[in-house]
Amino acid sequence: MMTDTPLVSVRDLRIGAVTDSGRNVEIIRGVDFDIAPGEILALIGESGSGKTTIALSLMGHTRRGCAIEGGTIRVGEHDITGMTESQRAKLRGTEVSYVPQSAAAAFNPSKRIMDQVVETTRIHDLMPRAKAEERARGLFRALALPEPDTIGERYPHQVSGGQLQRLSAAMALIGDPKLVIFDEPTTALDVTTQIEVLRAFRRVMEEGGMAGVYVSHDLAVVAQIADRIVVLKNGEIQEHGTTKQILNAPEHPYTKELLAAFDPVPHVAVKDVEAETETPILEVRNLYAGYGPIKDGEPLAKVMSDVNFKLYRGRNLGVIGESGSGKSTLARAVAGILPAYRGEVLLDGRTLAPSLNQRSKQELRRAQIVFQLADTALNPAHSVGNIIARPLRFYKGLRGGAADKRVIELLDMVHLPPVLRHRLPSELSGGQKQRVNLARALAAEPELILCDEITSALDTVVAAAILELLKELQGELGLSYMFISHDLSTVEAICDDVLVMYKGEVVEALPAARMSQDATHAYSRLLISSVPQLDTGWLAGLEQDPELLAAFSDR
Amino acid sequence: MTIPTASPRKLRLPTPRNLGYSFGWTGRIGIAIIIFWAIVALVGNWLTPYPVGKIVDWDYFGGVSAEHWMGTDYLGRDIFSRVLMGARYTVGIALASVTLACTLGVILGMIAAVIGGWFDTLLSRLLDAFNGIPSLLFGLVVVAAVGSSIPVLVLTLAAIYMPGAYRFARALAVNINTMDFVTVARARGEGTPYMITVEIFPNILGPVLADFGLRFVFIVLVLSGLSFLGLGVQPPHADWGALVRENIEGLSLGAPAVIFPCIAIASLTISVNMFIDNLPTKIRDRAE
Repeated sequence: MMTDTPLVSVRDLRIGAVTDSGRNVEIIRGVDFDIAPGEILALIGESGSGKTTIALSLMGHTRRGCAIEGGTIRVGEHDITGMTESQRAKLRGTEVSYVPQSAAAAFNPSKRIMDQVVETTRIHDLMPRAKAEERARGLFRALALPEPDTIGERYPHQVSGGQLQRLSAAMALIGDPKLVIFDEPTTALDVTTQIEVLRAFRRVMEEGGMAGVYVSHDLAVVAQIADRIVVLKNGEIQEHGTTKQILNAPEHPYTKELLAAFDPVPHVAVKDVEAETETPILEVRNLYAGYGPIKDGEPLAKVMSDVNFKLYRGRNLGVIGESGSGKSTLARAVAGILPAYRGEVLLDGRTLAPSLNQRSKQELRRAQIVFQLADTALNPAHSVGNIIARPLRFYKGLRGGAADKRVIELLDMVHLPPVLRHRLPSELSGGQKQRVNLARALAAEPELILCDEITSALDTVVAAAILELLKELQGELGLSYMFISHDLSTVEAICDDVLVMYKGEVVEALPAARMSQDATHAYSRLLISSVPQLDTGWLAGLEQDPELLAAFSDR
Repeated sequence: MTIPTASPRKLRLPTPRNLGYSFGWTGRIGIAIIIFWAIVALVGNWLTPYPVGKIVDWDYFGGVSAEHWMGTDYLGRDIFSRVLMGARYTVGIALASVTLACTLGVILGMIAAVIGGWFDTLLSRLLDAFNGIPSLLFGLVVVAAVGSSIPVLVLTLAAIYMPGAYRFARALAVNINTMDFVTVARARGEGTPYMITVEIFPNILGPVLADFGLRFVFIVLVLSGLSFLGLGVQPPHADWGALVRENIEGLSLGAPAVIFPCIAIASLTISVNMFIDNLPTKIRDRAE
């Protein structure tokens, strides 16, 4: 496959932007790389490292306000940097094509899938409609989509997230491009779905002999699909090598850090249970919750049923499952945001009212909830100082200097400098926002923190640091966490016990340390085997029971 | 404690840029014209060359001259004086009504969004029904029944535009209400007044201000319409709309008496739009 002339060569690429105060910022600072025909190159780095910016520049596209300021990009015989916008438009879809992160946002919900998939052939006038549809059906088959002959007749909301992501790949491949750009295409998917999608991508890329650029922050995913890896930070290449070399013999300290963040530090229980004698900080008995209008004491959509568990002081409980498994609903029902319609929640042995409106201020203070997206969990109109000071004033009546002093202490607790309290949430990085989010919960001096996917939106390195912080805080303050996640390794890194949820029910409960060996329920096993490993041969060697997969993949 | 060193104090004018805002030229021109008319409304009384009701010229629909900068009207009154005095009614009544309409509408809208349930449904349907009545017709009925006075005009116009402001604010607040930070505040046990003032209001302020500006323009136009029908400000005083109405016959003569009030209305409404579409935005990049 490899030939002497690379398909793509990028030399000294510089991309800059002008901010609203008229300042120039360099986003990409002199990047060089080549891609041989048929080769898949991965761009890896944390958010803000410039990986998507580079990938988009291969189509000659820059996001609003950015511009290619220097260097050359060559794709095939075309010099992208020297072209006019209309010449570049001719290349898009036929020479270079793009698979976006969120397929759900990339499809027009009011048009049939087939109309959208064959659109490229119509725009570039490549082939007659009937032939294009024939080709699309071939691609659907190659991408292992169910009912390839009729799936095109459906609307985007009638297929699952993983299927939609594969359909967006079909859309990108229909114009027979030489280079396909994948922009974090599996980040938004569940682990079990991710495998199907990765497999399908790998197969079509191998069969078609196309070159690809795979943008991701997840090394384990990249290990399955890429031939070579470019590690980026702050718009500069840190390390560049084959996948094997990067994974097994990383040279750059940043690459080593990325790999280290991947290995979960095994959790050591802060405290052993003296069961029976002690009152659990949180106990849930036969809890049922759901949404919609209530009829005969039961809501229309029942999301979660018959959940039982006990969480002892100083211990952590993990709740794992895929989207729609009811794990977030459990957290909301415990917090009283979504009142449970049956069952009991006991905090420190005392029954809590189902709805938070009926709970006392002290009960609310003792259990705090922290949400996944710090972007939406912090009011963008208030400074960090005000956000953290509010629980202090609300629960304890602290104001003025005393409150300010405590805010500084809390910021210090989450390892943030005191000057940050004057900033707005939008002026912080993702990791900093999540720390502020935690500091606000800590301000209430809770005994229990409900963490709803708090590391899911963060990069690997940042997420590892947050987990480290949670452990440290637990040691200092004797907190208990209920940790909701879809990520097994996160749960293993921090929890003592794990509940596996599937379709609103707890299918298995077991100690986290023995999770991988002792899990007996078929769904738990499937979930455990689906977590990508840092091993290039993992996906190819992965054998999952097809019947099992089919049984649990009716999503 | 370190001893504060005498720092070289640079003179920094409080320009938008120095205050951390970027403000486009379109917006600046808009605000300049608005301020100009606001000043005219305040001090116009002392600037008028002739009394408003006095017939100063034997010729009607007189042209532009050194004595009468904007010509004379159908009775031979000085248009320049009448436009200066009219600014008071047009700007004042419109501003009072729009403030009333938006304040009430936004507060009710936010409360409806936060409380929800039957309160929201009841209030929304009630105001929807009210919204269904054609605005000019409603104004006509009220003014015909109660009689025209400035408080009646202000209240009528506010009543006409309040349901719209309510709908708009409610729609925005409903979106904010689903955000996680509102859920967090609710889980903390906060009450409704805190929710609407601290959590929701700052986040809908931008669009609400834009809506405020738009409604101001509508009110100027409806007030002109009411005056045009003879139900607005009563003679000898006149707002700009009334000036257009009483001099409409001069249109065929190309009289300045009808053109200048039109220009005044247009300049105010357009400048308000220019300003609200280009409100100063905070400069986010503070790395300097």
